[in-house]
Amino acid sequence: MFYIFCPYCDEHREEEEFHPKGQAHLSRPADPDACTDEEWGNFIYFRDNPRGIHHEIWVHAIGCRKFFNVTRDTQSYEILESYRMGSAPRITQLTDKQQS
Amino acid sequence: MTQFNRLDNGGRIDRSKLLSFEFNGQRYKGFAGDTLASALLANGVDVIGRSFKYSRPRGIVAASAEEPNAVFQLGATEATQVPNVRATQQELFDGLVSQPTSGWPSLSFDFMGVFGTLLGRMLPPGFYYKTFMFPQAAWDTYEKYIRKAAGLGRSPREPDVDTYDHLNHHTDVLIVGAGPSGLSAALSAARAGARVILADEQAEMGGSLLDSNDRLDDKPAAEWVKATLEELARYDNVLLLPRATVNGYHDHNFLTIHERRTDHRGDRAPANLSRQRLHRVRAKWVVLATGAHERPLVYGNNDLPGCMLASAVSTYINRYAVVPGSRLVLMTTNDNAYRTAFDWQDAGREVVAIVDTRAYVTGAWQEEAERRGIKVLKGKAVIEARGGQRVTGALVTGLTTDGNKVAGDSQLLRCDTLASSGGWSPVVHLSCHTGSRPVWDDDVIGFLPGKTVQRQLVAGAVNGRFALDDCLTDGASIGAEAATNAGFPAEPAIVPSARTRPETRAMALFCIPHHKRNSRAPKQFVDFQTDVTAAAIELATREGFESIEHIKRYTAMGFGTDQGKLGNINGMAVAAKSLNQTIPQTGTTIFRPNYTPVTFGAIAGRHCNDLFDPMRYSAMHEWHVKHGAKFEDVGQWKRPWYFPKPGETMQQALDRECLATRESVGVLDASTLGKIDIQGKDAREFLGRAYTNAWAKLPVGKCRYGLMCKEDGMVFDDGVTSCMGENHFVMTTTTGGAAGVLEWLELYHQTEWPELEVYFNTVTDHWATMTIAGPNARKLLAELTDDIDLDKDNFKFMDWRQGTVAGVPARVFRISFTGELSYEINVQANYGLHVWEKLFEHGAKYNLTPYGTETMHILRAEKGFIISGQDTDGSVHPYDLGMSWAVKEDKPFSFIGKRGMKREDCVRENRKQLVGIKTKDPSIVLPEGAQAVDDPNHPVPVPMLGHITSSYYSACLGRSIAMGVIKGGHNRMGDTVHYPLTDGRVVEAEICSTIFLDPKGERQNV
Repeated sequence: MFYIFCPYCDEHREEEEFHPKGQAHLSRPADPDACTDEEWGNFIYFRDNPRGIHHEIWVHAIGCRKFFNVTRDTQSYEILESYRMGSAPRITQLTDKQQS
Repeated sequence: MTQFNRLDNGGRIDRSKLLSFEFNGQRYKGFAGDTLASALLANGVDVIGRSFKYSRPRGIVAASAEEPNAVFQLGATEATQVPNVRATQQELFDGLVSQPTSGWPSLSFDFMGVFGTLLGRMLPPGFYYKTFMFPQAAWDTYEKYIRKAAGLGRSPREPDVDTYDHLNHHTDVLIVGAGPSGLSAALSAARAGARVILADEQAEMGGSLLDSNDRLDDKPAAEWVKATLEELARYDNVLLLPRATVNGYHDHNFLTIHERRTDHRGDRAPANLSRQRLHRVRAKWVVLATGAHERPLVYGNNDLPGCMLASAVSTYINRYAVVPGSRLVLMTTNDNAYRTAFDWQDAGREVVAIVDTRAYVTGAWQEEAERRGIKVLKGKAVIEARGGQRVTGALVTGLTTDGNKVAGDSQLLRCDTLASSGGWSPVVHLSCHTGSRPVWDDDVIGFLPGKTVQRQLVAGAVNGRFALDDCLTDGASIGAEAATNAGFPAEPAIVPSARTRPETRAMALFCIPHHKRNSRAPKQFVDFQTDVTAAAIELATREGFESIEHIKRYTAMGFGTDQGKLGNINGMAVAAKSLNQTIPQTGTTIFRPNYTPVTFGAIAGRHCNDLFDPMRYSAMHEWHVKHGAKFEDVGQWKRPWYFPKPGETMQQALDRECLATRESVGVLDASTLGKIDIQGKDAREFLGRAYTNAWAKLPVGKCRYGLMCKEDGMVFDDGVTSCMGENHFVMTTTTGGAAGVLEWLELYHQTEWPELEVYFNTVTDHWATMTIAGPNARKLLAELTDDIDLDKDNFKFMDWRQGTVAGVPARVFRISFTGELSYEINVQANYGLHVWEKLFEHGAKYNLTPYGTETMHILRAEKGFIISGQDTDGSVHPYDLGMSWAVKEDKPFSFIGKRGMKREDCVRENRKQLVGIKTKDPSIVLPEGAQAVDDPNHPVPVPMLGHITSSYYSACLGRSIAMGVIKGGHNRMGDTVHYPLTDGRVVEAEICSTIFLDPKGERQNV
């Protein structure tokens, strides 16, 4: 069970308080009506499934109800950082130490 | 029965407390401090079960968690049955009742045992896959007998009478195992002030120090254990958990501990105590001091009762004062096991010989054996055990120096106990639980914990440091390191000296060769619990299984409730040899939680019965109960389903409720509908983006129905939203969808449109909502309010008004889900019951009738109103529902779902569309889910057109009505379709409009 740092509450809480909401940093196309079917299909259906670094959205559902991002290693399940919505991740690749 | 294997002196048992217990219908005696296993051995019980596949007699092999055979069913009553209890871990109590789980039809005469020799050759690995797959239908029959013969225990047929607790902890250092390493680690960490939890699976802490004659600083080791535990118990920052198995090591240093608080006291827990606890621990640092399990050697007939682990024999002698036989042959690959022969001799029984597989070995241990006059046969091995129900002899033959082949003549040694040791395997299980692969070490001759991302340290034998001195010092320094890492600078505790005897290098040998090929030799068992032999593993490799994970699944090695603790490494060694590769090349399977079986009670804790899931009640619930309502679960809500009068069937009640509402007035408790309060200057803009229809011009005081879609254009919720003020709306959602809708709105606000100033809050529980519907609704409401103008032109359909109802501030919405004149009265929740009762006080003269969700469903279906989640299933867009009127395509902002519903698949011909369905025979009510076809006589597969989503008997119309989806249904009005049912009937029906009653909507506009 994960131990997740909520960047709004500023503390670690148990996974039971959170819901995962999938891949982060996907923005809704500014003009959906101008999208081709393929572009729209990619936006609503297709997600990355990386081995390693994954940026994903979680919501502190049974807490402050804020959505935020985490950077997680999908192999080790380590959470490397939590950061607020609208900011960029600091960690974008695994260091040698983390690559085990 | 006498305890004829019991010694007069020694051991950690209390001879003054004689306990009586039952095994397999026989009564025996043991002492306080015994385990069930030690007591059975004391009584000379050899055969304690029959094996899984071959039904061979089996005895106790080990003394702790790795025991594969003595796995029993416990419980004196039906309600206290517990399967899968290892007798080696079950403390004895007076009145204990146990049964073997295997041995059908009986332990002494075994059906399978008689035929097992015949069947033996017919049961190769993969036998079940190969034999019982066809015909598939017969599997049910096979399975019943296979399970019966297999002996897996059974669950109780009555509810558990005990209670169980969950406890949550945060700790600085969690130490797993209270042997020499764990105790020293605890001393270091505790003295530094760190919060320490020390958990150990045994009743007494001390681990191997309790099983041996080791001395620390020239005093019995048990004295140091006692002093250490006394010191630890004095610290407020230390929690000692005996009888507590750390069963799972989960992500982010979360560990689960299964503590058995009363299993040693009786069949069921005393009234004031919970039987077991599940501790859920978030630890800053974890120290694994889990020790090591001895590996048996694999040889012919090594499963005969009397074949045991060397260390287990020592444990029974030293800790329980039980010598499980009279003549011992010990086979070993290492010096350490010599102590078993010495313990045996010290107990006054005969050591026939030590058979050492190493040809050239001289050292302190061999000298000691010589001094004691014990014969040591070097460079030899026991290639098979002889005997029927118990070992009677050991066949000893010379080995080549590499241990690969037998060499020279054989001799038969007469004995009744055959102990073996192939070295020690570190207990790496917990370190594997989060995905770390263990690493082979040639010096240790075993797997060590691998690299991990957890904040985990390992100390002592689990790290391959087997010597007692090493365990103590390693534990002390690792304990200090863990505390320091957790923020409590610590020094390693000073630990006593053990002065251990130096050991000569052990031999890496796992399976003893035989004169015959393994496939022809007497069975050499690798995994006792699943009856996997060395020959079976070799066969699996010959059949092409090369990955150890595949070999495991094909042979079932390690699949038992013991997870192959005893046999896995031997199995990997056999596979490696057969594949002509090394053990590290072969690799290991991965251990998973739980380390030993956990009761469902402990997992459930208090989350059962009434506390299984939260239950939500409306403010009028008490009234509903008093008036005989039947309830339906909607999400966590208990909603009145219908209100039967005495003697009424459900259908009679529904008919009465429907007619009363349409003829006069009915009332529904609608409090459970989700209510979301939305405020902010951009609230209106936000609604326009979230709903498919227009919100820009909705005036204050008006309500509007809306559909909500996901980005794929499919409907996911609906409801009425009312404008309370220019910047203030109240949205209603379906009862089950409330939380999901709120989270959905927040997601879009927080991630996509944070620039919009809008705030959401759930107010579902703040309001009690009662819907009065029917021609007399206005008259009834007029009696309860004097400040709301109910005139039909001043308070129109889809208006809402603030005022007073029954003396209470209220919001009244003129909306209708029934097609009748209808008012939805919302009052502060704690006034709900008062207003509800006032309604009935005044409503009696109008025959005011309460109705539940079922009548609500019928009344809305008569009007063709959809229920999101019943008539929609995530694959239906508003056009499929015929609700294009609820989609405003020319809104300036591309609302959620707009682009989605324009996708190629969403605009194609022949989509499934919602229509009304009338059966030709008006008395037949189609089952929901029934499939529509054009031609019921079409050869299989028959093309499916769609299915029924809602279906009821309508008393108002005097016939059945239904809604369903039909391919291209909107253009097929009047067509006939057929519904073949599971009972063989084919029901003919006509496609029609979904609006069955009052198509012009005249009833609500009055």
